[in-house]
Amino acid sequence: MDNIAGSKSSLTWAVHISVAALVFLWMLPTVGLFISSFRTADQIAASGWWKAVFPQEQNLTLRTGDADSAVREGDLYVIEGNLFEQADRGALTVSAWGTSARDFSAYEAGETAELRGGGTITVQDDGSYRLESAEEPSGRGQRIFVVSTVPPEFTMSNYDTVLGKDVAQNIVIYAIASLIFGGVLWYIFRDTERGIGPWLPYIGGILLFAALIALFGLSSGRAAGAQTTDNMSRAFMSTLTVTIPATVIPIVIAAFAAYALAWMDFPGRALLIAYIVALLVVPLQLALIPLLKLHLNIGIGKGYLGVWLAHTGFGLPLAVYLLRNYMVGLPRDIIENAKVDGATDFQIFTRIILPLSFPALASFAIFQFLWTWNDLLVAKVFLIDATGETTVMTNQIVELLGTRGGNWEILASAAFVSIAVPLVVFFFMQKYLVRGLLAGSVK
Amino acid sequence: MSPALQALVTIVVGVGGCIGYFYFSNLILDKVIFPARGVNIGRNINRANMVRPWLFLFPAMFALTLYLTYPVFETLRLSLTSRSQGGAFVGLENYQKMFGETKFWEAVRNNFLWLLVVPGLSTAFGLLAAQLTDRIKWGSIAKSLVFMPMAISFVGASVIWKFVYDAKPLGQEQIGILNAIYLGLGGAEPQQWLTIPFWNNFFLMIVLIWIQTGFAMVILSAALRGIPEETIEAAIIDGANPFQIFFKIKVPQIMGTIVVVWTTITLVVLKVFDIVFAMTNGQWQTQVLANYMYDKLFRTLDWGVGSAAAMFIMVLVTPILIWNVRNARKEMR
Repeated sequence: MDNIAGSKSSLTWAVHISVAALVFLWMLPTVGLFISSFRTADQIAASGWWKAVFPQEQNLTLRTGDADSAVREGDLYVIEGNLFEQADRGALTVSAWGTSARDFSAYEAGETAELRGGGTITVQDDGSYRLESAEEPSGRGQRIFVVSTVPPEFTMSNYDTVLGKDVAQNIVIYAIASLIFGGVLWYIFRDTERGIGPWLPYIGGILLFAALIALFGLSSGRAAGAQTTDNMSRAFMSTLTVTIPATVIPIVIAAFAAYALAWMDFPGRALLIAYIVALLVVPLQLALIPLLKLHLNIGIGKGYLGVWLAHTGFGLPLAVYLLRNYMVGLPRDIIENAKVDGATDFQIFTRIILPLSFPALASFAIFQFLWTWNDLLVAKVFLIDATGETTVMTNQIVELLGTRGGNWEILASAAFVSIAVPLVVFFFMQKYLVRGLLAGSVK
Repeated sequence: MSPALQALVTIVVGVGGCIGYFYFSNLILDKVIFPARGVNIGRNINRANMVRPWLFLFPAMFALTLYLTYPVFETLRLSLTSRSQGGAFVGLENYQKMFGETKFWEAVRNNFLWLLVVPGLSTAFGLLAAQLTDRIKWGSIAKSLVFMPMAISFVGASVIWKFVYDAKPLGQEQIGILNAIYLGLGGAEPQQWLTIPFWNNFFLMIVLIWIQTGFAMVILSAALRGIPEETIEAAIIDGANPFQIFFKIKVPQIMGTIVVVWTTITLVVLKVFDIVFAMTNGQWQTQVLANYMYDKLFRTLDWGVGSAAAMFIMVLVTPILIWNVRNARKEMR
């Protein structure tokens, strides 16, 4: 057995390194965009995100004080000040500067340059400048192009732009508070296993979260320069509005059907199960035009009701299939005992089957939630009308990709706003997701 | 009414309506139609129990038939009619028109490439990841990190990867990591990865492989753990090396699961839409069938050809459909 043990340990390192490499590769794209969502547009354009934690040489476009700040000294008009302070950039150092965007490093710090409009300007290495001109200056200040080494710096301003001022910050703070509260509740009730006890941490956390939003609000006003086209808040609410009924309603309908298919005897049962399995793979693309026509004909039109119905229909095969497979595995004794005791099918279903099927219900709920939240096609066809009032986040991002394809700071933060909720659900409920995947892939 | 309130009302009405339907339909069945009393008590109870399954099944079956079965036949009908001629029956004209388009054949070729590459590579990477992570302590953390892209929308993934593929003109700092690496390795000038015909398909496929590997890994890892220990121990005693154990002992035993994973990803590939729509929208010869169909249906508003394309996808899916149904029936016996 020695040689076996030996070969294993020599491979262990290879395994560790390979897994690390795999995880690194898989995380890299997401991390890149995530880091970029906390950088300003200038920083993103100036350097790759992988350099974000190092000080960077950056080209800054700054402005001197405007005409009003000119002071008369003899026969000269003088504007003095500090370029960095006026731009709220903190203490930086000028490594080179210029007076035209074509050449950022025309002059060294301390040198004096002739201005095209007449006059001279001197910029020191701490960013202080002195602009002298024989004529009276007018209008806005002179633009000065500075090369400077900027320390790593991260900002929430992108999230402020896409969500509204401080919204992301507030949500994170409220979420942490709710998590702590939930944790405390969990600690207090960790020994209760019956009744509402195990659910109190979740309920308490969610209630506190809602209460905090209601009490303190989310936004501290509109962000400066934010455009309505970038506003993801409305799309976020719209996505949420689509998702929740589209997750809850199929579960209820499917659960009853699954019970009938699992525990009731009737002719044609096997055929119906085969029918469900067949429907699992029918591409929903086929349903788009016929159903849209149907919706328009019966007056539902494009809107939330239509998208809820569509998601319900498309989610049902998987729901029935998953739940039926799970319910079939429940112990026969319990159900037969209940029947002997005179319970009706309805009672057996609501009192025994539903509570026992919780894991399967949770699995499907997560699936359907992720699928409806991340969906683009169904929303585009059944929900979003010409006014665009009800646009969902996925559609909003696709539009941003078209209109602001180069504005990575907007795209990155918008993408992470839409990814955040599924990721939270994913990490908290992974157990159920995995279970559902295992049960759902047709064996 | 604000959408949020509308959603709340819908949940209450929807859930309440469903439960109310099931409760009252059962009640009416037991108390009014076939009451369990009087002279026919035995016959009534039997009859009620024959009807009851259909009460439970009705809403689901109704929705399934209306939302999935009816559209299949309606799409078939639409594909044989012409919208511009007021819905007149035109036989196979739409199909002829579709088969005459170069864009269609481009989509077929690309979908075929996707089918060749994505399911195979996702399954292979998933198998590798499953095998490797099962042997180390921090394997479960590694697994959730590889699995994570499953939670990210195709659109979100498209943004993430478009950033990876980003290109800046030569001389400027590259902010897309792929071009930065490419130049770092001695590439002459930055590439617009998504606009290089033919190869750009593979850059789109990487996105789906990145998403689906986690799925393959999770399923295959469960299958690997289900392999009986004795078979592996026997192989070790016989002096098999780790690679032999993996390829000759483990893989053959989970072949069934590998096929399931492969077909599941194949289905995803046949329907792939969002990634292409968001990243290239079928430009630069990256068209795929689902996006071609969407183009026809909602941009050129040609319902005939669009439906024909949808039927084409349906035909491609049918073998898997039959295979699944047969397997499910075998399992039930």
